[in-house]
Amino acid sequence: MLKVDNINVYYGNIHAVKGITFEVRQGEIVTLIGANGAGKSTILNTISGQLRSKTGSIRFLDETISTLQPHKVLARGLSQVPEGRRVFLQMTVEENLEMGGYTRSAAENAASISDVYSRFPRLAERRRQVAGTLSGGEQQMLAMGRALMAKPRLMMLDEPSMGLAPLLVEQIFDIVKELHAAGTTILLVEQNAQMALSIADRAYVLETGRIVMEGEAAALLEDDKVRSAYLGE
Amino acid sequence: MAFLSTLFSQVINGLQSGSIYALVALGYSMVYGIIMLLNFAHGDIIMVGAYVVWMSTANFGFHPIVSILLAVVVSTTLGVVIEKVAYAPLRSSPRLSLLITAIGISFLLENGFQLIFGAGAKVVPDFLTGPSVHLGSATISFSAIVTIVVTVLMMAGLTFLVQKTKLGKAMRAVSEDMGAAQLMGINLNTTISFTFAMGSALAGVASVLYLSSYGQASPTMGSMLGLKAFVAAVLGGIGSLPGAMLGGFVIGMAEALVSAAGLSVWKDGVVFAILIIVLLVKPTGLMGKPMTEKV
Repeated sequence: MLKVDNINVYYGNIHAVKGITFEVRQGEIVTLIGANGAGKSTILNTISGQLRSKTGSIRFLDETISTLQPHKVLARGLSQVPEGRRVFLQMTVEENLEMGGYTRSAAENAASISDVYSRFPRLAERRRQVAGTLSGGEQQMLAMGRALMAKPRLMMLDEPSMGLAPLLVEQIFDIVKELHAAGTTILLVEQNAQMALSIADRAYVLETGRIVMEGEAAALLEDDKVRSAYLGE
Repeated sequence: MAFLSTLFSQVINGLQSGSIYALVALGYSMVYGIIMLLNFAHGDIIMVGAYVVWMSTANFGFHPIVSILLAVVVSTTLGVVIEKVAYAPLRSSPRLSLLITAIGISFLLENGFQLIFGAGAKVVPDFLTGPSVHLGSATISFSAIVTIVVTVLMMAGLTFLVQKTKLGKAMRAVSEDMGAAQLMGINLNTTISFTFAMGSALAGVASVLYLSSYGQASPTMGSMLGLKAFVAAVLGGIGSLPGAMLGGFVIGMAEALVSAAGLSVWKDGVVFAILIIVLLVKPTGLMGKPMTEKV
Protein backbone atom coordinates (compact mmCIF):
# COMPACT_ATOMS: atom_id res chain seq x y z
CA MET A 1 0.00 0.00 0.00
CA LEU A 2 2.79 2.42 1.01
CA LYS A 3 6.27 1.78 -0.35
CA VAL A 4 9.14 3.95 0.82
CA ASP A 5 12.23 3.30 -1.24
CA ASN A 6 15.70 4.59 -0.33
CA ILE A 7 14.85 8.04 0.99
CA ASN A 8 17.54 10.43 2.24
CA VAL A 9 16.43 13.56 4.07
CA TYR A 10 18.64 16.42 5.21
CA TYR A 11 18.15 19.42 7.48
CA GLY A 12 20.81 21.69 5.99
CA ASN A 13 23.99 19.68 6.50
CA ILE A 14 22.48 17.23 8.93
CA HIS A 15 21.72 13.89 7.33
CA ALA A 16 18.64 12.89 9.33
CA VAL A 17 17.28 9.93 7.33
CA LYS A 18 19.82 7.69 5.63
CA GLY A 19 18.64 5.43 2.85
CA ILE A 20 15.43 4.19 4.49
CA THR A 21 13.35 1.55 2.70
CA PHE A 22 10.20 0.01 4.15
CA GLU A 23 6.61 -0.75 3.32
CA VAL A 24 3.17 -0.85 4.87
CA ARG A 25 0.70 -3.38 3.48
CA GLN A 26 -3.06 -2.94 3.36
CA GLY A 27 -4.68 -3.75 6.70
CA GLU A 28 -1.50 -3.75 8.77
CA ILE A 29 -0.38 -1.85 11.82
CA VAL A 30 3.28 -1.09 11.23
CA THR A 31 5.37 0.73 13.79
CA LEU A 32 8.64 2.61 13.57
CA ILE A 33 10.35 2.58 16.94
CA GLY A 34 13.56 4.15 18.09
CA ALA A 35 15.03 6.75 20.40
CA ASN A 36 14.51 10.48 20.16
CA GLY A 37 16.37 11.79 17.11
CA ALA A 38 16.37 8.49 15.23
CA GLY A 39 14.52 10.14 12.33
CA LYS A 40 11.04 8.72 12.91
CA SER A 41 9.11 11.98 12.64
CA THR A 42 11.27 13.08 9.74
CA ILE A 43 10.17 9.98 7.84
CA LEU A 44 6.48 10.71 8.45
CA ASN A 45 6.89 14.37 7.52
CA THR A 46 8.57 13.31 4.29
CA ILE A 47 5.78 10.88 3.44
CA SER A 48 3.14 13.56 4.03
CA GLY A 49 4.99 15.95 1.73
CA GLN A 50 6.24 18.48 4.26
CA LEU A 51 9.87 17.52 3.69
CA ARG A 52 11.57 16.31 0.54
CA SER A 53 13.90 13.35 0.07
CA LYS A 54 16.96 13.87 -2.08
CA THR A 55 16.79 10.35 -3.47
CA GLY A 56 14.47 7.44 -4.01
CA SER A 57 10.70 7.47 -4.13
CA ILE A 58 7.57 7.13 -2.05
CA ARG A 59 4.65 5.30 -3.60
CA PHE A 60 1.13 5.07 -2.19
CA LEU A 61 -1.49 2.83 -3.83
CA ASP A 62 0.93 2.39 -6.77
CA GLU A 63 1.29 6.12 -7.42
CA THR A 64 4.34 8.26 -6.72
CA ILE A 65 3.53 10.80 -4.01
CA SER A 66 7.04 12.04 -3.19
CA THR A 67 6.67 15.08 -5.43
CA LEU A 68 3.22 16.11 -4.19
CA GLN A 69 2.33 18.98 -1.88
CA PRO A 70 0.88 17.98 1.51
CA HIS A 71 -2.73 18.78 0.56
CA LYS A 72 -2.45 16.52 -2.48
CA VAL A 73 -1.01 13.67 -0.42
CA LEU A 74 -3.94 13.94 1.96
CA ALA A 75 -6.36 13.89 -0.95
CA ARG A 76 -4.95 10.46 -1.92
CA GLY A 77 -6.12 9.06 1.41
CA LEU A 78 -3.06 9.38 3.61
CA SER A 79 -3.47 11.46 6.74
CA GLN A 80 -1.07 12.28 9.53
CA VAL A 81 -1.64 13.01 13.20
CA PRO A 82 1.41 15.16 13.86
CA GLU A 83 3.74 14.96 16.82
CA GLY A 84 2.56 17.13 19.69
CA ARG A 85 -1.04 16.90 18.34
CA ARG A 86 -0.93 20.40 16.78
CA VAL A 87 -4.66 21.00 17.16
CA PHE A 88 -5.75 24.58 16.40
CA LEU A 89 -5.83 25.89 19.95
CA GLN A 90 -7.79 29.05 19.18
CA MET A 91 -10.49 27.26 17.20
CA THR A 92 -13.37 25.28 18.66
CA VAL A 93 -13.44 21.50 18.77
CA GLU A 94 -16.00 21.44 15.99
CA GLU A 95 -14.03 23.87 13.84
CA ASN A 96 -10.96 21.67 14.28
CA LEU A 97 -12.95 18.72 13.00
CA GLU A 98 -14.24 20.79 10.08
CA MET A 99 -10.64 21.61 9.18
CA GLY A 100 -9.87 17.89 9.24
CA GLY A 101 -12.54 17.42 6.60
CA TYR A 102 -11.38 20.40 4.59
CA THR A 103 -11.11 18.44 1.34
CA ARG A 104 -14.60 17.00 1.69
CA SER A 105 -18.09 18.41 1.22
CA ALA A 106 -20.14 19.91 4.04
CA ALA A 107 -22.64 17.04 3.84
CA GLU A 108 -19.92 14.39 4.14
CA ASN A 109 -18.43 16.30 7.04
CA ALA A 110 -21.69 16.49 8.94
CA ALA A 111 -21.89 12.70 8.86
CA SER A 112 -18.22 12.28 9.77
CA ILE A 113 -18.50 14.73 12.66
CA SER A 114 -21.26 12.69 14.24
CA ASP A 115 -19.15 9.53 13.74
CA VAL A 116 -16.24 11.20 15.52
CA TYR A 117 -18.53 12.34 18.34
CA SER A 118 -19.90 8.87 18.85
CA ARG A 119 -16.35 7.50 19.00
CA PHE A 120 -15.16 10.30 21.29
CA PRO A 121 -18.10 11.41 23.47
CA ARG A 122 -15.80 13.77 25.36
CA LEU A 123 -15.35 15.80 22.20
CA ALA A 124 -19.10 16.05 21.71
CA GLU A 125 -19.44 17.51 25.21
CA ARG A 126 -16.83 20.12 24.37
CA ARG A 127 -17.75 20.88 20.79
CA ARG A 128 -18.13 24.64 21.32
CA GLN A 129 -15.02 25.01 23.48
CA VAL A 130 -11.77 26.21 21.96
CA ALA A 131 -9.23 23.41 21.74
CA GLY A 132 -6.77 25.29 23.95
CA THR A 133 -8.99 24.52 26.94
CA LEU A 134 -8.81 20.74 26.45
CA SER A 135 -6.56 18.41 28.44
CA GLY A 136 -3.65 16.63 26.74
CA GLY A 137 -5.62 13.40 26.31
CA GLU A 138 -8.63 15.23 24.90
CA GLN A 139 -6.37 17.11 22.50
CA GLN A 140 -4.92 13.78 21.32
CA MET A 141 -8.46 12.49 20.75
CA LEU A 142 -9.25 15.66 18.84
CA ALA A 143 -6.11 15.29 16.73
CA MET A 144 -7.11 11.72 15.89
CA GLY A 145 -10.73 12.63 15.25
CA ARG A 146 -9.57 15.46 13.05
CA ALA A 147 -7.41 13.09 11.00
CA LEU A 148 -10.34 10.67 10.69
CA MET A 149 -12.47 13.39 9.13
CA ALA A 150 -10.54 12.96 5.90
CA LYS A 151 -11.59 9.27 5.81
CA PRO A 152 -7.98 8.12 5.36
CA ARG A 153 -6.98 4.76 3.88
CA LEU A 154 -3.77 4.97 5.84
CA MET A 155 -3.32 6.95 9.03
CA MET A 156 0.11 7.94 10.30
CA LEU A 157 0.31 8.60 14.01
CA ASP A 158 3.34 10.42 15.39
CA GLU A 159 3.95 9.74 19.10
CA PRO A 160 0.31 9.63 20.17
CA SER A 161 1.32 8.68 23.72
CA MET A 162 3.62 11.64 24.23
CA GLY A 163 3.05 13.45 27.51
CA LEU A 164 0.02 11.40 28.49
CA ALA A 165 -0.63 9.55 31.76
CA PRO A 166 -0.37 5.72 31.51
CA LEU A 167 -4.12 5.23 31.73
CA LEU A 168 -4.68 7.64 28.86
CA VAL A 169 -1.95 5.96 26.85
CA GLU A 170 -3.85 2.67 27.10
CA GLN A 171 -7.03 4.44 26.04
CA ILE A 172 -5.33 6.01 23.02
CA PHE A 173 -3.88 2.64 21.98
CA ASP A 174 -7.30 1.02 22.35
CA ILE A 175 -8.65 3.64 19.96
CA VAL A 176 -5.84 2.89 17.51
CA LYS A 177 -6.81 -0.79 17.64
CA GLU A 178 -10.47 0.08 17.07
CA LEU A 179 -9.62 2.26 14.06
CA HIS A 180 -7.56 -0.58 12.68
CA ALA A 181 -10.38 -3.05 13.25
CA ALA A 182 -12.67 -0.67 11.38
CA GLY A 183 -10.43 -0.97 8.31
CA THR A 184 -7.83 1.77 8.55
CA THR A 185 -4.22 0.82 7.89
CA ILE A 186 -1.92 2.31 10.51
CA LEU A 187 1.67 3.54 10.48
CA LEU A 188 2.63 4.28 14.06
CA VAL A 189 5.73 6.09 15.28
CA GLU A 190 6.45 5.65 18.97
CA GLN A 191 9.06 5.98 21.66
CA ASN A 192 6.91 3.77 23.85
CA ALA A 193 8.19 0.62 22.17
CA GLN A 194 6.42 -1.78 24.53
CA MET A 195 2.99 -0.38 23.70
CA ALA A 196 3.73 0.00 20.01
CA LEU A 197 5.06 -3.55 19.58
CA SER A 198 2.16 -5.00 21.53
CA ILE A 199 -0.42 -3.75 19.01
CA ALA A 200 1.61 -3.80 15.76
CA ASP A 201 1.88 -6.55 13.14
CA ARG A 202 5.36 -5.60 12.03
CA ALA A 203 8.00 -3.16 13.20
CA TYR A 204 11.14 -1.39 12.04
CA VAL A 205 13.74 -0.30 14.56
CA LEU A 206 15.55 2.94 13.78
CA GLU A 207 18.86 4.22 15.04
CA THR A 208 20.33 7.57 13.94
CA GLY A 209 18.52 7.61 10.63
CA ARG A 210 18.99 3.95 9.67
CA ILE A 211 16.84 0.85 9.99
CA VAL A 212 18.81 -1.53 12.18
CA MET A 213 16.21 -4.27 12.62
CA GLU A 214 12.88 -5.27 11.22
CA GLY A 215 10.41 -8.08 11.60
CA GLU A 216 7.23 -9.35 13.20
CA ALA A 217 6.33 -7.17 16.17
CA ALA A 218 5.79 -10.21 18.39
CA ALA A 219 9.24 -11.54 17.56
CA LEU A 220 10.91 -8.17 18.21
CA LEU A 221 9.14 -7.96 21.53
CA GLU A 222 10.99 -11.16 22.51
CA ASP A 223 14.31 -10.12 20.99
CA ASP A 224 17.08 -9.61 23.53
CA LYS A 225 18.67 -6.65 21.79
CA VAL A 226 15.33 -4.87 21.51
CA ARG A 227 14.49 -5.66 25.10
CA SER A 228 17.73 -4.21 26.37
CA ALA A 229 17.81 -1.15 24.12
CA TYR A 230 14.14 -0.11 24.04
CA LEU A 231 12.25 -1.89 26.75
CA GLY A 232 14.68 -1.07 29.52
CA GLU A 233 15.51 -4.62 30.49
CA MET B 1 -22.06 75.63 22.74
CA ALA B 2 -19.57 76.55 20.04
CA PHE B 3 -17.01 74.39 21.82
CA LEU B 4 -19.39 71.43 21.95
CA SER B 5 -20.25 71.64 18.28
CA THR B 6 -16.53 71.86 17.40
CA LEU B 7 -15.91 68.85 19.57
CA PHE B 8 -18.79 67.00 17.94
CA SER B 9 -17.58 67.68 14.44
CA GLN B 10 -14.05 66.65 15.44
CA VAL B 11 -15.43 63.38 16.80
CA ILE B 12 -17.13 62.79 13.45
CA ASN B 13 -13.85 63.65 11.71
CA GLY B 14 -12.09 61.21 13.99
CA LEU B 15 -14.55 58.46 13.17
CA GLN B 16 -14.22 59.20 9.49
CA SER B 17 -10.43 59.11 9.32
CA GLY B 18 -10.43 56.31 11.89
CA SER B 19 -12.62 54.27 9.55
CA ILE B 20 -10.04 54.58 6.81
CA TYR B 21 -7.17 53.70 9.17
CA ALA B 22 -9.15 50.72 10.41
CA LEU B 23 -9.78 49.36 6.90
CA VAL B 24 -6.10 49.70 6.05
CA ALA B 25 -5.00 48.28 9.42
CA LEU B 26 -7.15 45.20 8.78
CA GLY B 27 -5.09 44.48 5.67
CA TYR B 28 -1.85 44.79 7.64
CA SER B 29 -3.11 42.56 10.40
CA MET B 30 -4.53 39.85 8.13
CA VAL B 31 -1.31 39.55 6.17
CA TYR B 32 0.82 39.60 9.31
CA GLY B 33 -1.40 36.98 10.90
CA ILE B 34 -0.94 34.59 8.04
CA ILE B 35 2.66 34.97 6.85
CA MET B 36 4.23 37.11 9.60
CA LEU B 37 5.02 39.87 7.12
CA LEU B 38 4.67 43.59 7.78
CA ASN B 39 3.52 44.37 4.27
CA PHE B 40 4.83 47.89 3.86
CA ALA B 41 3.58 47.96 0.28
CA HIS B 42 0.02 47.85 1.62
CA GLY B 43 -0.32 51.64 1.85
CA ASP B 44 0.77 52.01 -1.76
CA ILE B 45 -2.07 49.80 -2.91
CA ILE B 46 -4.37 52.56 -1.66
CA MET B 47 -2.41 55.04 -3.75
CA VAL B 48 -2.90 52.86 -6.83
CA GLY B 49 -6.61 52.56 -6.06
CA ALA B 50 -6.83 56.34 -5.79
CA TYR B 51 -5.15 56.79 -9.18
CA VAL B 52 -7.63 54.36 -10.69
CA VAL B 53 -10.50 56.49 -9.40
CA TRP B 54 -8.82 59.63 -10.69
CA MET B 55 -8.19 58.12 -14.15
CA SER B 56 -11.65 56.73 -14.52
CA THR B 57 -13.57 59.77 -13.26
CA ALA B 58 -11.42 62.72 -14.38
CA ASN B 59 -10.01 61.22 -17.60
CA PHE B 60 -12.58 58.79 -18.85
CA GLY B 61 -15.66 60.27 -17.21
CA PHE B 62 -16.92 56.93 -15.93
CA HIS B 63 -19.86 56.77 -13.58
CA PRO B 64 -18.66 56.93 -9.92
CA ILE B 65 -19.95 53.42 -9.24
CA VAL B 66 -17.90 52.08 -12.15
CA SER B 67 -14.75 53.84 -10.96
CA ILE B 68 -15.27 52.61 -7.41
CA LEU B 69 -15.63 49.04 -8.62
CA LEU B 70 -12.58 49.43 -10.86
CA ALA B 71 -10.52 50.74 -7.93
CA VAL B 72 -11.47 47.75 -5.79
CA VAL B 73 -10.83 45.25 -8.59
CA VAL B 74 -7.45 46.75 -9.50
CA SER B 75 -6.32 46.96 -5.85
CA THR B 76 -7.36 43.37 -5.20
CA THR B 77 -5.60 42.10 -8.29
CA LEU B 78 -2.49 44.11 -7.51
CA GLY B 79 -2.31 42.72 -3.97
CA VAL B 80 -2.62 39.14 -5.20
CA VAL B 81 -0.07 39.68 -7.98
CA ILE B 82 2.45 41.25 -5.58
CA GLU B 83 2.11 38.26 -3.29
CA LYS B 84 2.55 35.77 -6.11
CA VAL B 85 5.47 37.52 -7.78
CA ALA B 86 7.38 39.00 -4.86
CA TYR B 87 6.48 37.19 -1.63
CA ALA B 88 5.56 33.61 -2.56
CA PRO B 89 9.07 32.74 -3.86
CA LEU B 90 10.45 33.82 -0.46
CA ARG B 91 8.15 31.69 1.64
CA SER B 92 10.95 29.64 3.16
CA SER B 93 13.42 32.56 3.35
CA PRO B 94 14.17 34.51 6.52
CA ARG B 95 11.46 36.99 7.43
CA LEU B 96 13.88 39.88 6.99
CA SER B 97 14.19 39.14 3.24
CA LEU B 98 10.43 39.30 2.99
CA LEU B 99 10.29 42.62 4.85
CA ILE B 100 12.99 44.15 2.65
CA THR B 101 11.12 42.95 -0.44
CA ALA B 102 7.94 44.61 0.82
CA ILE B 103 9.79 47.90 1.26
CA GLY B 104 11.23 47.47 -2.23
CA ILE B 105 7.76 46.97 -3.72
CA SER B 106 6.60 50.08 -1.90
CA PHE B 107 9.43 52.15 -3.42
CA LEU B 108 8.77 50.63 -6.82
CA LEU B 109 5.10 51.61 -6.76
CA GLU B 110 5.71 55.12 -5.41
CA ASN B 111 8.51 55.96 -7.81
CA GLY B 112 6.89 54.16 -10.73
CA PHE B 113 3.74 56.25 -10.34
CA GLN B 114 5.82 59.39 -9.92
CA LEU B 115 7.60 58.57 -13.17
CA ILE B 116 4.38 57.94 -15.06
CA PHE B 117 2.06 60.57 -13.62
CA GLY B 118 4.46 63.13 -12.15
CA ALA B 119 4.99 64.10 -8.51
CA GLY B 120 2.11 66.54 -8.31
CA ALA B 121 -1.25 65.72 -6.78
CA LYS B 122 -4.13 64.84 -9.08
CA VAL B 123 -7.42 66.43 -8.14
CA VAL B 124 -10.32 64.03 -8.19
CA PRO B 125 -13.67 65.70 -8.81
CA ASP B 126 -16.34 65.11 -6.18
CA PHE B 127 -17.79 61.77 -6.98
CA LEU B 128 -19.60 60.89 -3.78
CA THR B 129 -22.15 63.64 -3.44
CA GLY B 130 -25.32 63.63 -1.43
CA PRO B 131 -27.18 65.41 1.35
CA SER B 132 -25.40 66.17 4.61
CA VAL B 133 -27.12 65.80 7.95
CA HIS B 134 -27.61 68.73 10.30
CA LEU B 135 -27.75 68.14 14.02
CA GLY B 136 -28.34 71.46 15.74
CA SER B 137 -25.43 73.66 14.77
CA ALA B 138 -23.24 70.74 13.72
CA THR B 139 -23.14 69.21 10.27
CA ILE B 140 -22.21 65.68 9.29
CA SER B 141 -21.03 65.55 5.72
CA PHE B 142 -22.32 62.97 3.27
CA SER B 143 -18.84 61.55 2.83
CA ALA B 144 -18.48 61.06 6.59
CA ILE B 145 -21.75 59.17 6.72
CA VAL B 146 -20.81 57.00 3.75
CA THR B 147 -17.33 56.33 5.13
CA ILE B 148 -18.50 55.27 8.56
CA VAL B 149 -21.41 53.17 7.28
CA VAL B 150 -19.34 51.44 4.59
CA THR B 151 -16.58 50.70 7.09
CA VAL B 152 -18.96 49.18 9.61
CA LEU B 153 -20.52 47.04 6.86
CA MET B 154 -17.08 45.92 5.66
CA MET B 155 -16.08 44.98 9.19
CA ALA B 156 -19.25 42.99 9.73
CA GLY B 157 -18.77 41.24 6.40
CA LEU B 158 -15.14 40.44 7.13
CA THR B 159 -15.95 39.13 10.59
CA PHE B 160 -18.60 36.84 9.14
CA LEU B 161 -16.22 35.66 6.45
CA VAL B 162 -13.39 34.88 8.86
CA GLN B 163 -15.56 33.27 11.53
CA LYS B 164 -18.11 31.34 9.50
CA THR B 165 -16.94 30.49 6.01
CA LYS B 166 -14.74 27.60 5.00
CA LEU B 167 -12.01 29.82 3.53
CA GLY B 168 -12.13 32.10 6.56
CA LYS B 169 -11.65 29.17 8.90
CA ALA B 170 -8.81 27.95 6.71
CA MET B 171 -7.22 31.40 7.09
CA ARG B 172 -7.42 31.13 10.87
CA ALA B 173 -6.00 27.61 10.75
CA VAL B 174 -3.08 28.67 8.55
CA SER B 175 -2.33 31.68 10.72
CA GLU B 176 -2.27 29.52 13.83
CA ASP B 177 -0.22 26.59 12.50
CA MET B 178 0.76 26.55 8.85
CA GLY B 179 2.19 23.01 8.96
CA ALA B 180 -0.83 21.46 10.64
CA ALA B 181 -3.14 23.34 8.27
CA GLN B 182 -1.36 21.74 5.31
CA LEU B 183 -1.86 18.33 6.86
CA MET B 184 -5.61 19.05 6.87
CA GLY B 185 -5.49 19.38 3.09
CA ILE B 186 -5.65 23.16 3.13
CA ASN B 187 -3.94 24.61 0.08
CA LEU B 188 -1.52 27.22 1.42
CA ASN B 189 -1.15 29.14 -1.83
CA THR B 190 -4.90 29.55 -2.26
CA THR B 191 -5.42 30.58 1.34
CA ILE B 192 -2.59 33.12 1.31
CA SER B 193 -3.78 34.57 -2.02
CA PHE B 194 -7.27 34.83 -0.59
CA THR B 195 -5.93 36.72 2.43
CA PHE B 196 -4.07 39.18 0.22
CA ALA B 197 -7.17 39.58 -1.93
CA MET B 198 -9.32 40.43 1.09
CA GLY B 199 -6.77 42.84 2.56
CA SER B 200 -6.23 44.57 -0.77
CA ALA B 201 -9.94 44.81 -1.50
CA LEU B 202 -10.34 46.63 1.82
CA ALA B 203 -7.46 48.89 0.77
CA GLY B 204 -9.32 49.58 -2.49
CA VAL B 205 -12.42 50.57 -0.54
CA ALA B 206 -10.24 52.70 1.74
CA SER B 207 -8.81 54.53 -1.29
CA VAL B 208 -12.30 55.46 -2.45
CA LEU B 209 -13.29 56.62 1.02
CA TYR B 210 -10.06 58.58 1.35
CA LEU B 211 -10.74 60.40 -1.91
CA SER B 212 -14.28 61.20 -0.83
CA SER B 213 -12.88 63.39 1.93
CA TYR B 214 -9.45 64.54 0.69
CA GLY B 215 -10.15 64.65 -3.04
CA GLN B 216 -6.63 64.21 -4.36
CA ALA B 217 -4.22 61.46 -5.28
CA SER B 218 -0.42 61.67 -5.18
CA PRO B 219 2.33 59.03 -5.52
CA THR B 220 3.34 59.25 -1.86
CA MET B 221 -0.15 59.48 -0.34
CA GLY B 222 0.00 55.82 0.67
CA SER B 223 3.12 56.01 2.77
CA MET B 224 1.88 58.21 5.63
CA LEU B 225 -1.59 56.66 5.53
CA GLY B 226 0.00 53.20 5.53
CA LEU B 227 2.31 54.03 8.41
CA LYS B 228 -0.52 55.36 10.55
CA ALA B 229 -2.63 52.32 9.78
CA PHE B 230 0.37 50.22 10.75
CA VAL B 231 0.45 52.05 14.10
CA ALA B 232 -3.27 51.30 14.42
CA ALA B 233 -2.65 47.61 13.77
CA VAL B 234 0.15 47.48 16.34
CA LEU B 235 -1.95 49.40 18.86
CA GLY B 236 -4.80 46.93 18.45
CA GLY B 237 -2.46 43.95 18.54
CA ILE B 238 -1.04 42.94 15.19
CA GLY B 239 -2.69 39.81 13.83
CA SER B 240 -5.94 40.56 15.68
CA LEU B 241 -8.79 41.72 13.42
CA PRO B 242 -10.99 43.27 16.14
CA GLY B 243 -7.78 44.91 17.38
CA ALA B 244 -7.12 46.47 13.99
CA MET B 245 -10.65 47.88 13.91
CA LEU B 246 -10.32 49.32 17.41
CA GLY B 247 -6.80 50.60 16.75
CA GLY B 248 -7.94 52.42 13.60
CA PHE B 249 -10.70 54.25 15.41
CA VAL B 250 -8.45 55.13 18.36
CA ILE B 251 -5.80 56.60 16.06
CA GLY B 252 -8.38 58.57 14.07
CA MET B 253 -9.96 59.87 17.26
CA ALA B 254 -6.60 60.79 18.79
CA GLU B 255 -5.74 62.84 15.72
CA ALA B 256 -9.10 64.58 15.74
CA LEU B 257 -8.94 65.42 19.43
CA VAL B 258 -5.41 66.79 19.09
CA SER B 259 -6.73 69.01 16.28
CA ALA B 260 -9.73 70.00 18.37
CA ALA B 261 -7.32 71.17 21.06
CA GLY B 262 -5.76 73.46 18.47
CA LEU B 263 -2.56 71.43 18.16
CA SER B 264 -3.08 70.06 14.67
CA VAL B 265 0.61 70.44 13.80
CA TRP B 266 1.25 67.78 16.48
CA LYS B 267 -1.15 65.28 14.90
CA ASP B 268 1.45 62.99 13.32
CA GLY B 269 3.70 63.27 16.36
CA VAL B 270 0.92 62.06 18.63
CA VAL B 271 0.26 59.02 16.42
CA PHE B 272 3.88 57.93 16.52
CA ALA B 273 4.11 58.72 20.23
CA ILE B 274 1.26 56.23 20.64
CA LEU B 275 3.34 53.64 18.75
CA ILE B 276 6.31 54.21 21.05
CA ILE B 277 4.16 53.98 24.17
CA VAL B 278 2.49 50.76 22.98
CA LEU B 279 5.84 49.18 22.18
CA LEU B 280 7.19 50.15 25.59
CA VAL B 281 4.17 49.34 27.72
CA LYS B 282 2.19 46.63 25.94
CA PRO B 283 3.95 45.37 22.82
CA THR B 284 1.23 42.82 22.14
CA GLY B 285 -1.28 45.67 21.72
CA LEU B 286 -4.75 46.12 23.18
CA MET B 287 -6.27 42.88 21.89
CA GLY B 288 -3.24 40.88 20.80
CA LYS B 289 -2.37 37.57 22.37
CA PRO B 290 1.05 37.15 23.91
CA MET B 291 3.12 35.42 21.28
CA THR B 292 5.57 32.65 21.77
CA GLU B 293 8.10 32.10 19.04
CA LYS B 294 7.32 28.91 17.17
CA VAL B 295 10.11 26.36 17.35
